[in-house]
Amino acid sequence: MARTLTFNIFRYNPADSASRPRMDRFELPETERMTLFIALNKIREDIDPTLMFDFCCRAGICGACAMVINGRPGLACHTKTKDMPDEITLMPLPVFKLVGDLSVDTGTWFRGMYQKVESWVHTDKVFDPAAKEERMDNALAEQIYELDRCIECGCCVAACGTALMREDFLGAVALNRLARFILDPRDERTEKDYFDIVGTDEGIFGCMGLLACEDVCPKHIPLQEQLGKLRRKMALASIKNMLPQFLKKDF
Amino acid sequence: MRIIQSDVLSVGAGLAGERVAIEAAENGFSAICLSIVPARRSHSSAAQGGMQAALGNSAMGEGDCPDVHFADTVKGSDWGCDQEVARLFCDNAPIAMRQMAFWGVPWNRVVPGEQTYYKGGKPFTAFEKPENEGLIHSRNFGGTAKWRTCYTSDGTGHCVLFTLDNRAAQVGVTVIDKVEVIGLIHDGETCMGAVARCLKTGELTAYLAKATLIATGGFGRIYRESTNAVICDGGGLIAALDTGVVPLGNMEAVQFHPTGIVPTDILVTEGCRGDGGTLLDKNEYRFMPDYEPEKAELASRDVVSRRMTEHMRKGLGVPSPYGDHLWLDIRHLGEHHIRTKLREVDEICQSFLGVDPVHQLIPVRPTQHYSMGGVRTNKDGAAYGLKGLFSAGEASCWDMHGFNRLGGNSLAETVVAGMIVGAKIVEFLKGAETVIKTASVRDAMAAQQARIDGLVNCASGRENPYAVKNAMHDAIMKGAGIFRNGKDLETCVADLQEILARARKVGLRSNGQGANPELTMALKIEGMVKLALCVAYGALKRTESRGAHTREDYPERNDRDWLTRTLATWAEGADLPTLNYEPATHVFEMPPGDRGYGGGKIIARDE
Ligand SMILES: Cc1cc2nc3c(=O)[nH]c(=O)nc-3n(C[C@H](O)[C@H](O)[C@H](O)COP(=O)(O)OP(=O)(O)OC[C@H]3O[C@@H](n4cnc5c(N)ncnc54)[C@H](O)[C@@H]3O)c2cc1C
Ligand code: SF4
Ligand code: SF4
Ligand code: FES
Repeated sequence: MARTLTFNIFRYNPADSASRPRMDRFELPETERMTLFIALNKIREDIDPTLMFDFCCRAGICGACAMVINGRPGLACHTKTKDMPDEITLMPLPVFKLVGDLSVDTGTWFRGMYQKVESWVHTDKVFDPAAKEERMDNALAEQIYELDRCIECGCCVAACGTALMREDFLGAVALNRLARFILDPRDERTEKDYFDIVGTDEGIFGCMGLLACEDVCPKHIPLQEQLGKLRRKMALASIKNMLPQFLKKDF
Repeated sequence: MRIIQSDVLSVGAGLAGERVAIEAAENGFSAICLSIVPARRSHSSAAQGGMQAALGNSAMGEGDCPDVHFADTVKGSDWGCDQEVARLFCDNAPIAMRQMAFWGVPWNRVVPGEQTYYKGGKPFTAFEKPENEGLIHSRNFGGTAKWRTCYTSDGTGHCVLFTLDNRAAQVGVTVIDKVEVIGLIHDGETCMGAVARCLKTGELTAYLAKATLIATGGFGRIYRESTNAVICDGGGLIAALDTGVVPLGNMEAVQFHPTGIVPTDILVTEGCRGDGGTLLDKNEYRFMPDYEPEKAELASRDVVSRRMTEHMRKGLGVPSPYGDHLWLDIRHLGEHHIRTKLREVDEICQSFLGVDPVHQLIPVRPTQHYSMGGVRTNKDGAAYGLKGLFSAGEASCWDMHGFNRLGGNSLAETVVAGMIVGAKIVEFLKGAETVIKTASVRDAMAAQQARIDGLVNCASGRENPYAVKNAMHDAIMKGAGIFRNGKDLETCVADLQEILARARKVGLRSNGQGANPELTMALKIEGMVKLALCVAYGALKRTESRGAHTREDYPERNDRDWLTRTLATWAEGADLPTLNYEPATHVFEMPPGDRGYGGGKIIARDE
């Protein structure tokens, strides 16, 4: 044990006119069972009180602490220094707007995403407080849960070449969200409704299928499988859309 | 001056805040939720266990109904709760769960036929009725008479919060994140909104509203050892206390959990001890049987936590850079059991400690877990002391939990209270207009700006806010942790008073520009020490043991003198809260009796 860790951390405070983007070096003795959560707080409390970063649950549940750790997007609270070399370089997530240092604005990006994919159950039914709940097969509930586990950390977006190049690309997280609603019988949207949202170059047809997204997802959401399914479904739907009305059948 | 106006302002975008905002928006009112983090990162997302509601669909929940749930809740509270509120909660919980299903929560559902379940690590079978197939299922949680906890695998809070935030987006609730409320706008009679600092730019904004809701969750971070998210530092409660007229209820009622991991205090389930895990000290000696010969590690949460603390005080804790701790040993349960039945524990140890529990010991210590106390409201969720101010969720003292909340009841409370309080706020908005006084707005903004300037210029001193925080953490855990007695509490109160004086002399080392985190800390440290004093002073004065509040020097529950709720207010410039008391409940559906667990003597009421 007793290594000294060197942290190279991106620094820039856009709200301070004297601040310029730069890298700062901090040295810290490693302690047992240290995570980046422990280390960054120690740097802030003992060395530089201005260092900006985000943590909330510090347990890998809330998605607040995503950053680029030695070149790879990941959750800082979920990273043990023990698994890292002596030098650790930390950068803010790209794509999202920088707040300062390692802190980015994911809230605005994700709220935009909810509106684009209309991330809610669409139904004409009205809730009846006196009625029993509608039944659902437990296996289906678990399948929906599997896709609902996304914590909106933004790692998949930060790792995606398409998202880096085009600002309007929905990203794996949004495509996965839509796949979640397609699975859910409570959502009464039609295939055409879904197609209108993702059957475009900003949507599923912009995806190059290189799967950096699945690689970095801390929740191991099966993004590859979901993107593949969605691509096939939407390709089929686009053919259907091109056919003259009288030829349209259910595939 | 930046001003933003709405009908309803919720300080907090966790489950409680969003549920209230949705009710308002559905009824045609404009609603804004403010949050330190994006709504879905709120601490509600961390609750994995589930939510209690007496649906009675599962085999192990058969025969359940709100009456049974009510009895569990009142007993759990050690008769400290408001029974009218507990009744409201239990009757409405099933409706709230069904509504969440309607909005999209993928609750686990009943699978018919013979099923294998576990109790105390042992498998048994139960027969699920075919006619209940596909209805909301329930699991065992929190020592209740029936299995009544609705859940979605290991992510209940997460799924319910995502669903509610979806609904909020759909009905047009405006969520503004990365902002922190640092004060309320009021004139001593009416609340007109809040002053918030933007955590992106540092800018101040006055959010004006006809109805303001405090839904900021727990304040666990006044303790160093806490399972709560790092943002759970009681900002909403501080704002309420600073008005001088809004009381906080039962602040001394704090729940602890015996096994948080060290250093990050992430909770590992009690299932570990249930299945046969043992606790060891620095000599790897199993000490619990010496203290509790009969139950050893299986004694109740509070008892185990207290014995652990007692043992560490004897110098038998394991020293570490993060303070002393003990060991949890589950190695003898075997690889198969640990990797399957205790999979979550295995994952936490591997991911956050780098410890393999099959071969290594797990460092644990008791940690703060839940705050029963909060902004005191009536059963409609209206805060005492200011018109137009409401509160719901863990931030409130509504008060269905009394001196001990049952596992699974707090998450359920957020959506049930949100539904009920939301409807009451809608009624309030339909019935009255709030007059916004521009002088109150100007004064509140000026006062906050002056505070910021003072901190940046070190006008009152140069105390380091983090050093003050650490001193507070040391003091409160010593006196008002799990183990309480008159002598230690007196020391604790005196220490905290000194620390409060230091908190008033805080000044920044940095320039405070933009979303400066040192300023963020400096702005709340005085308030946090005040909350700590409300806890410690309330605990000192309450000379009995009730629920989670256990006094070594007063081991009995005293219904004769203490069937009451503590109300703490803070007079301007004071260095202690003012304590008043009110009856715990006006309605007794269930007269005080024995809880049937936890032992302990009772001093009966005078009839
Ligand atoms: C590890 C853990 C596990 C748990 N598991 C369970 C369980 O299984 N079952 C159960 O019943 N209960 C459980 N609980 C308790 C339960 O999760 C909480 O009581 C509940 O989620 C609180 O919800 P809330 O809406 O009141 O607050 P929160 O979800 O904490 O939301 C608070 C909101 O207020 C905002 N906020 C805070 N301060 C400010 C400020 N100054 N300005 C602006 N915004 C602010 C935050 O950003 C956030 O949006 C658990 C708690 C913990 C710690
Ligand atoms: S597979 Fe598609 S979404 Fe995933 S990283 Fe590649 S381009 Fe982006
Ligand atoms: S899909 Fe995975 S990587 Fe992408 S936001 Fe969700 S949890 Fe993060
Ligand atoms: S702080 Fe919540 S995931 Fe890291």
